[in-house]
Amino acid sequence: MGLPPHLRSLESEAVYILREVVAEFKNPVMLYSIGKDSSVMLHLAMKAFYPAKPPFPLLHVDTTWKFREMIAFRDETAARLGMDLIVHVNEEGLARGVSPFTFGSSAYTQVMKTEGLRQALDRYKFDAAFGGARRDEERSRAKERIFSHRTTAHAWDPKNQRPELWRAFNTRIRPGESMRVFPLSNWTERDVWDYVAAEKIPVVPLYFARKRPVVRRDGAHIMVDDARLPLHPGEVAEMRSIRFRTLGCYPLTGAIESEADTLEAIIEEMRLSSTSERQGRLIDFDEAASMEKKKREGYF
Amino acid sequence: MSGEHASVETKPSLPTLRFLTCGSVDDGKSTLVGRLLYERKLIFDDQLATLERDSRKHGAVGEEIDFALLVDGLEAEREQGITIDVAYRYFATEARAFIVADSPGHEQYTRNMATGASNADLAILLVDARKGLLTQTRRHATIASLLGIRHVVLAINKMDLVDYEQSVFDGIVADFTHAAKSLQFASVAAIPLSARYGDNVISQSDNMPWYSGPHLLAYLETVDVENAVSEQPMRFPVQWVNRMHSDFRGYAGMLVSGRLNVGDEIIVAASGRTSRVERIVAMDDDPTGAAAFESIVLTLADEIDISRGDVLCHPKQRPDVADQFAAHIIWMSDEKLLPGRSYFIKINGRSLAGSVTEIKYKLDVDNDAHIATKTLSLNEIGFCNVALGSSVAVDSYDANRATGGFILIDRFTNMTAGAGMIAFPLRRAKNIHLQAQLVSKAARSHIKHQQPAVLWFTGLSGAGKSTIANLVEMKLLERHAHTAMLDGDNIRHGLNRDLGFTDVDRVENIRRIGEVAKLMVDTGLIVLCAFISPFRAERQMARSLVGEGEFIEIFLDTPLEVCISRDPKGLYKKALAGEIKNFTGVDQAYELPTSPELHIRFMNEKPEEIADKIIRELETRNVIHG
Repeated sequence: MGLPPHLRSLESEAVYILREVVAEFKNPVMLYSIGKDSSVMLHLAMKAFYPAKPPFPLLHVDTTWKFREMIAFRDETAARLGMDLIVHVNEEGLARGVSPFTFGSSAYTQVMKTEGLRQALDRYKFDAAFGGARRDEERSRAKERIFSHRTTAHAWDPKNQRPELWRAFNTRIRPGESMRVFPLSNWTERDVWDYVAAEKIPVVPLYFARKRPVVRRDGAHIMVDDARLPLHPGEVAEMRSIRFRTLGCYPLTGAIESEADTLEAIIEEMRLSSTSERQGRLIDFDEAASMEKKKREGYF
Repeated sequence: MSGEHASVETKPSLPTLRFLTCGSVDDGKSTLVGRLLYERKLIFDDQLATLERDSRKHGAVGEEIDFALLVDGLEAEREQGITIDVAYRYFATEARAFIVADSPGHEQYTRNMATGASNADLAILLVDARKGLLTQTRRHATIASLLGIRHVVLAINKMDLVDYEQSVFDGIVADFTHAAKSLQFASVAAIPLSARYGDNVISQSDNMPWYSGPHLLAYLETVDVENAVSEQPMRFPVQWVNRMHSDFRGYAGMLVSGRLNVGDEIIVAASGRTSRVERIVAMDDDPTGAAAFESIVLTLADEIDISRGDVLCHPKQRPDVADQFAAHIIWMSDEKLLPGRSYFIKINGRSLAGSVTEIKYKLDVDNDAHIATKTLSLNEIGFCNVALGSSVAVDSYDANRATGGFILIDRFTNMTAGAGMIAFPLRRAKNIHLQAQLVSKAARSHIKHQQPAVLWFTGLSGAGKSTIANLVEMKLLERHAHTAMLDGDNIRHGLNRDLGFTDVDRVENIRRIGEVAKLMVDTGLIVLCAFISPFRAERQMARSLVGEGEFIEIFLDTPLEVCISRDPKGLYKKALAGEIKNFTGVDQAYELPTSPELHIRFMNEKPEEIADKIIRELETRNVIHG
């Protein structure tokens, strides 16, 4: 039990939240987005229900543009832990040819992620969905409840949130409505990495620096993960030592130049960093309040 | 900003301090939090760039950076320049990690302040030096105290605007000391500061040499808020029963107070059954004990009946078990708290039907007076008696924040309508035990060759409730069914003659009728009830008193214009003339049924046809036989 007290209390709170959902909802699911936060959330679930398996499946909304290493890690993780994994692709969006290149990043995200997620939640009739979002990530998330109510249309009403007192979570919903639940609400990026290190939780290798092929666009390093990335005339991928602070769709995720190839080096680098982790997410910059807007429409 | 985040370093040995900022609007709460983060170099370059852009667009301080915009994360907040909801912020220094709840100052968002206070150990109460203590300052101090916060920083802000004058500071401190006399604060630290210019925020200000105490951050880093939860009696509310296979039965939950060791004798508070802790099960090595706030799963030596909501404790430190208690309630809903109305009350993880039986008084936060009242409105604080559908383990909130706190949930909207803090259990219910009866409802209805049921006719005055109900009863009588009729006007002449037409009395009216209908159903009768019954919550309450399928809600959906033109008792005429107050459809709302068993649009059909339709429905439902 080497956990420092503040991590132990975060762990204990998250485990409590995970169990509360299983005790109160009929058909929960865990949104698994393969990143470090999902890895931590899944690890906490393994602990919360031990010696039983977590009594819910994992759901990955696949935009088909995730890094190949993410997909390999996803399948390996589900198999290793014996978890049921549902992979949902918005086939309709795919058929319409929606990609990060044919559409703007915000329209693409709306179709392939938000709509895809809504389709999956409707199809399986999940009444509660865990997400790995943290309040320190972004300022509209800083305002969101741990148990965040969604209407039958999956909409979030930030002005009419239920007061959330103590640990007395109000879990009541009407048929067709659902709850998004965020066990890592009170964690910071630093807490996540410290916990990954302390608990030896496997994460996608893309978080660690290695020489990878990149092109530079709009000030961001974009990794050429496969042949689908259209290269501009004269553009040549070059090998640079890079890593990712956050993982999403590869054409929309900026890498940072780094030599940090161990957990200790990552944590040290983060300590000295002057930018937030979401800086690498191109979809957040559409406009200042863009995260809130996406969330109101049903994005995680 | 050169990226030096040395401050992110956390010393692992110190507990996190959860604090809340509160005070009236414009006293500078968000500015203070923004300033703390900025000075500690915890705002990243890209966040700062966004902030500068937003400051030019929405900022209230000209060309300077408006720190409030950093924490006011919602679109509406930035547009209106106010904080609507609690924002949570996280930072750490060499000495300590902090979780900050930045709460709104506007009165209509007081409920969000209570939300932030419920999990905080300390409150920073901001006061604008120019304005002194305001109603909202006192309100927040009262709520902080009620919610169990024992440590307060009285942050007297905007000292730059009063020329850093000591007499202003001293005056406000004296006012607060007087105002806080009745509140339960263990420590109050008064600090003069300017959030906008950083005086006494993270370093000692040169502008106020007369102040010799610590600056804000130094105080927060060192204040001892240890509330000795580990020393309190052990409480383990069972959250979830882990039945992995037939021979494993684990009780999962968070230890909310005290300590628990393997081998300890435990008792289930409500049932009084005892056992011994056999194992605390963990994925790594099983621990030999657990401390307060740890989520664990344990197994017991004996197989005893335990489910979610049961509280395990040590046999010599048992909580009270009660179905009635006195509690402070902070009301958080636009819809008033009405005594007698049924709410879901969530306590120790269990959601029970319950109601407020009496509001003793509400608090006047300005002068700490007790005011007599029949209802509680949004943001009001009342001292109430609460009754639950069954008994639960309770502690006083002062003794235990986890087992002494509860929320009230509106049964219709599912919104969290209020928060309660238990003061003491009420014992008068102890000697009333339900009598087990030898002759059952089924036996009584069997000899009548029918299924008992409540036919609940609801609708506006003049919708035709009594007319139709009487026709239906005649038709039932023809078939030798055993019936009873409860009619609005008749009941009000007898059983309910002490009740008027206010919201509170309407709730009590329906509650009594519901109870009478239930007794009649128990005797095997088909009970026809014809009442306007304008509120969903009370119709729902009447429904919940009888068995599944026994309540048949019949909504006579007659348009208001039709009712007014019929006006059989001449009441609409009087109501429209203002001679009758609280008349449904005129100056009081009728809440439409959402899923009645029968929805009758009563326009052109003959009453006879409608009665036949209802009889056919009763046949379909096997209430009577065709």
